[in-house]
Amino acid sequence: MQKNVTIDINGQPHRQAVEPRLLLVHFLREVAGLTGTHIGCETSLCGACTVLLDGRAVKSCTVLAVQADGRSVTTVEGLAQGDKLHALQEGFWEEHGLQCGFCTPGMLMCSHDLLANHPTPTSADIREAINGNVCRCTGYQNIVNAVKNASRKMAKRVSARAGAR
Amino acid sequence: MARNGKANGKGNAKLAAVWVGKKLKRKEDPRLIQGTSHYTDDLKLPRMLFCAFTRSPMAHAEIRAIRTDAARALPGVVGVFTAHDLTGLGMVPCAIQMPGLNLPPHPVLATERVRYVGEPVAAVVAENLYTARDAAEAIEVDYEPLPVVVNMEKALEKDSPVIHQQFRTNRAFTHALKNGDIQSAFKKADRVVKQRVINQRLAPVAMEPRAVLGEYLPGENRLTVWSATQIPHLLRTQISVMVGLPETAVRVIAPEVGGGFGSKLNVYAEEGLVPWLAMKLGRPIKWAETRRENITSTIHGRDTINDLELALKKDGRILGLRVRILADMGAYHQLLTPLIPQLTALMQAGCYKIPAIDIEIQGVFTNKMSTDAYRGAGRPEATYNIERIMDVAAHELGMDPVELRIKNFPQAKEFPFTTVTGLVYDSAKYQESIKRALRLSGYDSLRRRQKSGWKNGKYYGVGVSTYVEICAIGPSAATPAGGWESGTVRIEPTGKVTVLTGASPHGQGQETTFAQLIADELGIHPEDVNVVHGDTLAVPYGIGTFGSRATAVGGTAAYLATQKLKTKMARLAAHLLGAKPADISFGRGRLSGKGSKKSISFGELVMAAYTARNIPAGFEPGLEATHFFEPSNFTFPFGAHIASVEVDGETGEVKIDKYVAVDDCGNVINPMLVDGQIHGGIAQGMGQAMWEELIYNEEGQIVNGTMMDYALPKAHLLPEFTLDRTVTPTPVNPMGVKGVGEAGTIASTPCVVNAVCDALSVLGVKHIDMPLKPERVWRAMQQAQASAQLEPQPNDTPSSSRAKRGISVSEKAARSKA
Ligand code: FES
Ligand code: FES
Repeated sequence: MQKNVTIDINGQPHRQAVEPRLLLVHFLREVAGLTGTHIGCETSLCGACTVLLDGRAVKSCTVLAVQADGRSVTTVEGLAQGDKLHALQEGFWEEHGLQCGFCTPGMLMCSHDLLANHPTPTSADIREAINGNVCRCTGYQNIVNAVKNASRKMAKRVSARAGAR
Repeated sequence: MARNGKANGKGNAKLAAVWVGKKLKRKEDPRLIQGTSHYTDDLKLPRMLFCAFTRSPMAHAEIRAIRTDAARALPGVVGVFTAHDLTGLGMVPCAIQMPGLNLPPHPVLATERVRYVGEPVAAVVAENLYTARDAAEAIEVDYEPLPVVVNMEKALEKDSPVIHQQFRTNRAFTHALKNGDIQSAFKKADRVVKQRVINQRLAPVAMEPRAVLGEYLPGENRLTVWSATQIPHLLRTQISVMVGLPETAVRVIAPEVGGGFGSKLNVYAEEGLVPWLAMKLGRPIKWAETRRENITSTIHGRDTINDLELALKKDGRILGLRVRILADMGAYHQLLTPLIPQLTALMQAGCYKIPAIDIEIQGVFTNKMSTDAYRGAGRPEATYNIERIMDVAAHELGMDPVELRIKNFPQAKEFPFTTVTGLVYDSAKYQESIKRALRLSGYDSLRRRQKSGWKNGKYYGVGVSTYVEICAIGPSAATPAGGWESGTVRIEPTGKVTVLTGASPHGQGQETTFAQLIADELGIHPEDVNVVHGDTLAVPYGIGTFGSRATAVGGTAAYLATQKLKTKMARLAAHLLGAKPADISFGRGRLSGKGSKKSISFGELVMAAYTARNIPAGFEPGLEATHFFEPSNFTFPFGAHIASVEVDGETGEVKIDKYVAVDDCGNVINPMLVDGQIHGGIAQGMGQAMWEELIYNEEGQIVNGTMMDYALPKAHLLPEFTLDRTVTPTPVNPMGVKGVGEAGTIASTPCVVNAVCDALSVLGVKHIDMPLKPERVWRAMQQAQASAQLEPQPNDTPSSSRAKRGISVSEKAARSKA
């Protein structure tokens, strides 16, 4: 039995007949060919597969593709605007917030959710927010620094925009 | 960066370092932060099939029958394979040879018996992943259970079930390392301190699980294998042996690799089987490990029982050390399994002068997954042993642990220092690192806080570990598969530089650090240096990335290849400028003759080497050089870590309050990356101290085999680390770099445990085995209190005397001794 779904991914609609049991993460990787979203456990315990579903961070290994039908998903590939990196991407780059990079897309999407709701988090807030995302390489310290870096940049940009108005 | 000696001085005056020493942002990152890089499981080939495994749910059993009909009948299943179908495919290799080693055959799929939970029994290949998994589940295996043994001491008993019957014992090997007069050391001792410490089994859990993709093109007779590996060349050699193709027909590619920590420094059954099946079926096949498989069937780390005895004079001078180690091999030897505990023996003396040592190790087979190299590989165990027994000794002698350590350090002028285990430590200033760590942590004030904490009935503790580790592995004579590394530097006609390294980084950032290094040597920008690794068709044979060797050995190879090129360039420049080669100097983007009267741009010179119309007689056109660097010794990074913790007397919960690390890895190419390695290492070592433990029950089942139950360090559990460093270059390589990948892991485990035991020493707690989960800490407190009530309290036990004195060996004392 297959079911037709249409999922908007990074602004592009993807339509496909899928098995009802197909996980969203497999839809992203296999159907849409977007392999930036990684699979670290498939059991919602590592956070590597985190994406935004209608703007909120979800673990895409715990969502069925059919549940995302008609909704919009943002993956790591959708963060940058053309050549312009997202402040979070810059932050991770500048603060050495990644080593092997495998957890990074999930960390970026999870922090994206944090900053959207909490633009100036403390270190403790950040550590709390990413506690469902495992990184085996960095010891998290530079990830915390990266998110703070992004938060500062975003605040500056907001105030610059306000000033320009 | 000060470098010791020039590789070849031919007038190539040293450029001032512009890039080396800078916190350059990583060249790897743009692709990683945008999700555009490719790990093995991201790859998709036309007509690709998916593989899944049926694995043993039993720890020890005879296989009576395997029924595959239901699996074969599923639409989309292309093939089902058991051991009987694998004629022509070799065994899983072990690279270690040592006298008396019991080396059992290790089939790719279990033949008559299974010996651990997770052992592969059948493989399914199907058109898609979901079907492959359905089919793997549809395979029925009849098992006749056999008695299971998971406990090493039981495994060595006479009536234990035997795992490999041909050996009639579960003893895999014995290994001894003895030096000095141990008998008289213990006879002369004022005090002998004894402790058994257990180094529990850990799961490496690299965030990218293993994955293998094989493609065979019969026309070209070319097998290409993409694998999440740390050792593409060694893997190529082993795959060619396993599948029976000439090595020249096999290409291994390690694409983006998501962490390894030693778990991908191996050759696994799946790495032979998946490519072999791709050859048989004539279609590309991919297998990506599930996390469950990763925990059951990727190597584990540690798992040793260590009985320690330290003989000391009452002033704290060490006379001798006796160590008995049981090391759990698991059911089979993987690539390096029996080697790991031998590294423990080599490093057992730590950074202390120990006149006599007596180490005996027994490797033991049990019904568990194999152990092998996991971040630190034998050295964390050695460091944990010596650093714990030093603390136990300090408490028993009523000395401050810092004072005891300093008393037994070799002095800086004694280097190179030959250890009792026969190693030659290259260079160190142990006194300097502890001095800095004391200052940075505010040691005296931590001790004051501890004293006042005791008054309030709270348990505050301070832990120290001073470590030395063995890196830059290593001289070939001391390694199973060659300890050198290759580096090729090619300046392309447009002046862009390609560096090929046999090291195969997977997160360490050598694309950046090698670019910094080579850019400085050639007077160009790191952006113009492209570092290529992980493809056996592109890169000359190399050994790989492990043992904190990539920069110290692989970087040196690339550096020395560059020196060869510079000599050649100087010769051509001299020819073109009418100068002497010895007078040519490299500037930023230019080469000049003496007094810079005449010069030629880097680009023009490079082009001249390729157009080759005007070259000196006998000059070989092109600009490419390769160097295979064989190190003369290991390097020995070192440092001092200090942790302070607060233990909740009611719940046993441990809070890490402060963590200070002073490390010395020699010269530093990119401080940001070095700090990153230390951060990650500390977190991993702390994970062992506090949370991680892979538990097999008596039936050989893993009881915490998911990421829910296996407690990895999470962001909110860890403190902020404060780092500092000293810089003591090594004379072993011309760049003076030592290696840093494992230091944090090696140092932090004993540091944290020392802190917790220190906190609870007022209660009479001597030692608690890891991980320091609240329950275990709580029990230790209860037990200590109960036995304190039973025994009449002597007035002046060492621990109470220390408590009374308030433990005040101070930074001052340490300073005056240093
Ligand atoms: S893959 Fe989804 S949380 Fe791990
Ligand atoms: S960077 Fe490797 S897991 Fe986070």
